[in-house]
This record gives sequence, structure tokens and C-alpha cells, in this order.
Amino acid sequence: MSSTIERIQEGLKGLNFQVETPRDGLPQIRVGVADVKAVMTRLRDACGFDTNTFVTAVDRHPSEPRYDMCWQFLSVEHNDRMRVHALVAGPEPHVPTITDLWPGTAYSERECFDMFGVVFDGHVGLKRLLMPEDYEHFPLRKDFPHQGIEPDRLYREWDRKRREREPMIEESTS
Amino acid sequence: MGSLKHVEGHTAMDEGFLATRVDELVNWGRKNSLWPMPLGLSCCGIELMAMIGPKFDISRFGAEAARFSPRQCDLMIVAGTLTWKMAEAARLIYDQMPDPKWVIAMGVCSSSGGMYDSYSVVQGIDMILPVDIYVPGCPPRPDAVIDALIKLQKKIERESPIKNLFSGEAVGEYDEGTKRFLRAPNHAVPTTRSHEVLPPGERDHR
Repeated sequence: MSSTIERIQEGLKGLNFQVETPRDGLPQIRVGVADVKAVMTRLRDACGFDTNTFVTAVDRHPSEPRYDMCWQFLSVEHNDRMRVHALVAGPEPHVPTITDLWPGTAYSERECFDMFGVVFDGHVGLKRLLMPEDYEHFPLRKDFPHQGIEPDRLYREWDRKRREREPMIEESTS
Repeated sequence: MGSLKHVEGHTAMDEGFLATRVDELVNWGRKNSLWPMPLGLSCCGIELMAMIGPKFDISRFGAEAARFSPRQCDLMIVAGTLTWKMAEAARLIYDQMPDPKWVIAMGVCSSSGGMYDSYSVVQGIDMILPVDIYVPGCPPRPDAVIDALIKLQKKIERESPIKNLFSGEAVGEYDEGTKRFLRAPNHAVPTTRSHEVLPPGERDHR
């Protein structure tokens, strides 16, 4: 029985990728953004990684390229995990979606878009997942202050519009 | 109400025997049948359930009828972390409750934002609602909330609903600068604050 990394190297033969050894010991490969789709397809079809665990990004601000995309996969068949990394340049990072390979990734990609502003090309319905839909900022970017930029703005706008529409609303008196 | 307001320099219903007796009767009725609106937003909600349940049993204080319709409630218990996304819903629920109504901020999150000094969390629900009682704790024990309930009952005892009805003076206090409610409406008694309003720069040191 071959090790995970040998299986991956066998399955990805002919593609551009580098094997890395992260501190947590998980098999990890680094690819270019252009190769993401081809590598992912091979990982699913040739290496047996049938489940995507999560999609996220690392903001390496202020170094360039700024974003380090990260996909983690699980093979139920072989009972092992692996990770794919890809460096993406800002300020509007674009990566291809993998929802056509693993449909369940849709939520993870929406979350990643919500928090980091990473645009997943080809994602159907890429909109905010956690923050309000008309929110303007991407909170997990390193240049975003942790107390937010006018965090109450959307609420105050909603409150003002509501009071204009219904003048009966006032602070109660009795 | 204007014609009743002034009679020869006196307020018509000002501290007279009739007014104080009616006040007492009304307050007695109000304070012993506070129907809570449980707004359980996070872990405080679990303690809130324990408080309503048989072990701590707030029916001893007449407040066991937790209704999930704001139309039937007069005590809003905000239990947990209020986010700005949820703030609109909380404010709507508060507006739908009929007067007279009171608010308990349960736990540090709803009192001041607590440990969530963050972009998504309301830094104290007095930014959107007037609050009567703040309860510290993360989460507070049910006893602490029952203590708040008893304090609220004592506060209601000191209100003068009849006088307020004719004078219309019992409005709450809102500070435009800090955008916070400093005092809940409905009473001459100041709000029990658990934290001071600090200018924005000093908030970083919490």
C-alpha cells in the first residue's frame, strides 16, 4: 500500500505542482492558479479524494502575491486527507470555482468570498453568506480594523428609513 | 392631554392621594405579571431556559409566561450576543411590544459587547434599545437574572404611571453623541448601568 503523497504524485503525473511539507504533517501540494482546475479534476478522478473539507484563504498582507488559497480534501475510500495551496495576487483575487467537481463547495466558496473578497469564477450565485448582503467590506482581510468601519451604518440607515416610512414609531412614553 | 396638564400651577395628577393610590395599584399589577419575551441569542439562552424551568422557576415572581409573540409581552430579555445583522430584528420585536415595556440586558455581550470587541457585534444593546437592568456574567447564573427581575419589580414600584400619563414627561434619554440610550423611558428612576459610556478612543482599553 502506497503512502498518500505517492498516490497523489502518481495521479497528478504530467501536471505542474510542488510537494510541500507543512508543520502539521499533512500531505500538501502547491500549484499555480492556472493549473487549479486540472489538478482538482485529477485529484477527484485519479486520486480518490471524494470530499472537499473546506475552502479558505490566507491573507499575507503586505507581502505579494497577497492571498494564499487553501483547499483541503478527504478521501473516504483511503481514509486520508491532503491540502492544495495556490498563491493569488490581489487586490481582486480570482480563482476558478470547483463547485462543478464538488457541488458542496458552494457554501465554503461563498464564505471565502464574504470574508476575503476572493471571486470564484464560474460559481453560480456567488453572494455574501454571513454578512449582510449590502455590506461593503471584507472583514478577514488584514487591513480591515477589528472593530470594523462604521459597523452600525447599515442598521442606522435601516432605522432612519423605517422612521420616515412609519412616523408613529417613537421612543415609548408610558 | 393639554387641558389636564396645568390647574393653577399644579399638575392635575401630581402626587395627590388618588394618584398615588392608583399608581400603587397599577404598579402592583404590572410588577407581578411581567411576561418575558425571551430573545435567546446564544449561550445565555440556555441559562434563561433554566431560569424559566422548574428548578429556578420564575413563576414564583409571576414572570413564567414566556410568550414568543411580542404582542403579548412586556419584558424583553436580550440573552446573548447581538450582532448588527440581528439588531434590526431585535429592534422590530421591541417596537412590536405594547407599552409599558421593560428590557433586561442579560450577560456581558448584550450589556457591552463583552469579549466580542468586533465589527459584527453590537457593543451594548443600549445602542439600539433603552435598557432597564444590566446583568453581568458570561453567562450569568439564573439566580443573577432572577435578582435582576426582583430589582426591576422594585423599579416598577417607584414609577408613577398616572402622572406620566398626563404629563407625558417620562420619555427615555438618548445621547446623540455616543448614539446610546442612557435611560429607559417610563420612569423617574435612572437606569442601572453596568458600564460607563466611554469616548470611542478609550474603548480600546477594555
